[in-house]
Amino acid sequence: MAATADGAGDGVTRRDFLEYAAGGMGAVGAAAAGWALIDNMNPAADTLALSTTEVDLEPIEPGQSITVVWQKKPVFVRRRTEAEIRQAEETPLDALPDPMADVDRVQKAEWLVLVGVCTHLGCIPLGQKDTDEKGEYGGWFCPCHGSHYDTSGRIRKGPAPGNLAVPPYQFLDDTRILIG
Amino acid sequence: MRNRLFGAALATALGFALLLPGAASAAGGNTPPPEQEWSFNGVFGAFDRAALQRGYQVYREVCAGCHAMRLVFYRNLMQIGFSEAAARAEAANAFIVDGPDEEGEMFERPGKLSDRFVSPFPNDNAAKAANGGALPPDLSLIAKNQAAGPDYIAALLTGYVDPPEGFELGELQHYNLYFAGNRISMAPPLSDDLVEYADGTPATVEQMALDVSHFLMFAAEPQLEDRHRLGVKVILFLLVLTGILYALKRKVWSGAH
Amino acid sequence: MAAPKFDNPIVRWIDYRLPVFTFLHHEMHEYPTPRNLNYWWNFGSLAGFMLVVMIVTGIVLAMNYTPHVDHAFDSVERIRRDVPFGWLVQFIHMNGASFFFIVVYIHIFRGLYYGSYKSPREILWILGVVIMLLMMATAFMGYVLPWGQMSFWGATVITNLFSAIPWVGEAIVSWLWGGFAVDNATLNRFYSLHYLLPFVIVGVVALHVVALHRHGSNNPLGIEIRGKQDSIPFHPYYTIKDFFGLGAFLTIFCVFVFFAPDYLGHPDNYVPANPLVTPAHIVPEWYFLPFYAILRAVPDKLLGVVAMFAAIAVLFILPWLDRSPVRSARFRPIYKQVFWLLVIDCLVLGYIGSKPAEGWYIHIGRLATIYYFAHFLVILPLLSVFERPQPLPLSIGEPVLRAPPPREAEGDGAMERA
Repeated sequence: MAATADGAGDGVTRRDFLEYAAGGMGAVGAAAAGWALIDNMNPAADTLALSTTEVDLEPIEPGQSITVVWQKKPVFVRRRTEAEIRQAEETPLDALPDPMADVDRVQKAEWLVLVGVCTHLGCIPLGQKDTDEKGEYGGWFCPCHGSHYDTSGRIRKGPAPGNLAVPPYQFLDDTRILIG
Repeated sequence: MRNRLFGAALATALGFALLLPGAASAAGGNTPPPEQEWSFNGVFGAFDRAALQRGYQVYREVCAGCHAMRLVFYRNLMQIGFSEAAARAEAANAFIVDGPDEEGEMFERPGKLSDRFVSPFPNDNAAKAANGGALPPDLSLIAKNQAAGPDYIAALLTGYVDPPEGFELGELQHYNLYFAGNRISMAPPLSDDLVEYADGTPATVEQMALDVSHFLMFAAEPQLEDRHRLGVKVILFLLVLTGILYALKRKVWSGAH
Repeated sequence: MAAPKFDNPIVRWIDYRLPVFTFLHHEMHEYPTPRNLNYWWNFGSLAGFMLVVMIVTGIVLAMNYTPHVDHAFDSVERIRRDVPFGWLVQFIHMNGASFFFIVVYIHIFRGLYYGSYKSPREILWILGVVIMLLMMATAFMGYVLPWGQMSFWGATVITNLFSAIPWVGEAIVSWLWGGFAVDNATLNRFYSLHYLLPFVIVGVVALHVVALHRHGSNNPLGIEIRGKQDSIPFHPYYTIKDFFGLGAFLTIFCVFVFFAPDYLGHPDNYVPANPLVTPAHIVPEWYFLPFYAILRAVPDKLLGVVAMFAAIAVLFILPWLDRSPVRSARFRPIYKQVFWLLVIDCLVLGYIGSKPAEGWYIHIGRLATIYYFAHFLVILPLLSVFERPQPLPLSIGEPVLRAPPPREAEGDGAMERA
């Protein structure tokens, strides 16, 4: 209700004040109600509670990878061979589009834990199975748009802007980790 | 007219209630439960954390042997004052059937915060078979699906008395003042000092009944406190806004004559 | 209509190509509204507001609801317990249904009292009855979705009404169910239709408003606008009055949502549906109780169903049952009395509907049912002939301008001080 009314005279100031107060409060109220509806679409408490995953490392052979599910996303757990570790550690940082040392990406050099979601547009890279193409750097290869990751999960070639993410995890003991 | 409508409705209802005193009580045949003073009642009502924790203890040590709480999760314990570590530890006491594992077998594992309260029986039929054919109801919503809610639960748990002369009880049945039809299959579940409260509160039957009813109200509506808190703000806001709108309405209409 | 002048060049540019602003100006500013509308005229806009609230909260609820017999109950509980503000949205939707009906019922009784159904507003009235029917269907199917005991048994009882139809009844019922009982197929189709029908209501509401704007609002005097002195522009006068009414309504509504969310519901719906156990007392939601009482008042199954539907159908022909040329009950001394008798009769029917069909309740229910139909089918046609109306004022402006306390014109206060 803008100042379109014909109620001129001595009451105009008071009326303007009332209009601004009502309009302002109405806007605040509508925004608050709108926020409740928007927040309604955020993850619910039960979804958030499913935020950790425990992995038993014992059955994984050197050179082998397994895929586990954490927060509905695939997590790659690879037991790296000596050669793969060396390759990852010896890569000079200036050869990397997203420079990060291998030691900063692992807790124990043998175990590489990655969120298996390509940082480009969210596809799942290949490289978990023996028969998969692993890309030019022996790590993973995303078939959607051709991103190549190395044995530390770092982006080396292709459109992806960043390295495969390392999820928060901790070693519960020598053969078990808790992701999340 | 609203006043007149409500007035008429009230008068009609009262009239019938006076005219037909037998009709209402004839249907139930049981005593109305006494009203308790709950801390969660009223506009500013909130749960009493100590009572909730005592009530949870009663549920876990007494009720949980037969009654499931399918809709409550171990993570909800953090809402009644458990620290995260304590809630995790409480969950880990439970054995959860999970699986299938890679061999296709089901297995048991300790509970996690994201697990529902573990049920005492795998399904309703097993629960019936173990309880002489009577199904112990799930308690998640019992404080909402009974008309008198927590008052009813507290009354029921303390309502076991000797049956009146000539009242026939079946085998495994007990007389309860507040149960519909007075024949209840649940044996009196509480007796003094059945649990030992960590906070030193004497565990009388009445105390345990109140505490577990308190906890069951929480279980039925864990967000009750949010509702009250937000409600007070919303109502105050609307009263002010409506007042301003009324003043503005007066102002606008004063130019109409 | 004279093309309004807009100062803003962007508004002018758009309006030249798509005359939305001209349309709004015409319908809000120039639209002449009787200057004497009282607060009972607020309920139309409140009903429109509730329709929007129900659609918006419903769309958001649907994002977390699962229409499956094994998951529906739990998904609603998950909304209440775990979804951010889910409890709020769910309680608004649940209580919103009740308040939508409160608003619409008051709106309908206002129309009855002031004769708003009379020429030239018959189609406006009929569209309103269509909206009420669609609301009832939507509310009934929505109540089934949480899949509690009352949901299930309400669905069973109401769908079984159709079995009263001779010869094809059973076939129709099993067609409604999509099975041998109320089951998953039923739940799914109810969900589908519950989502669809509100948008059908929006369409009929649009027609309702078009029909309203053809001849403008009726008013407490029930006489036509005769000149400029009788009317004022809708905006700002009735926009601010509607906003004030909305504020007052929302305050009452929020008291229920936040402090008595289950007061209008039934505790048994917090028990998951069990097809093998019927609750001891099954009653429909309060807004169906008068119709439920009429259904049970007739001892014959088919005739009971017919009577229930006739109770609504009679509203369709109301403009032709009441032939009195005077609209407003203010000037109809006898109609004013029987109007209030009808209000009380509907309340009695509602009360009877909530009680078990036994003893005195049956007799009172039958009397109230007979009176309901007698009101429309006997009393109104007779009154058209025998009632002697009081003289009507010459114009709306005349009594308004002359009335001693000037605030009378605002119409606040009782519907009728009589």
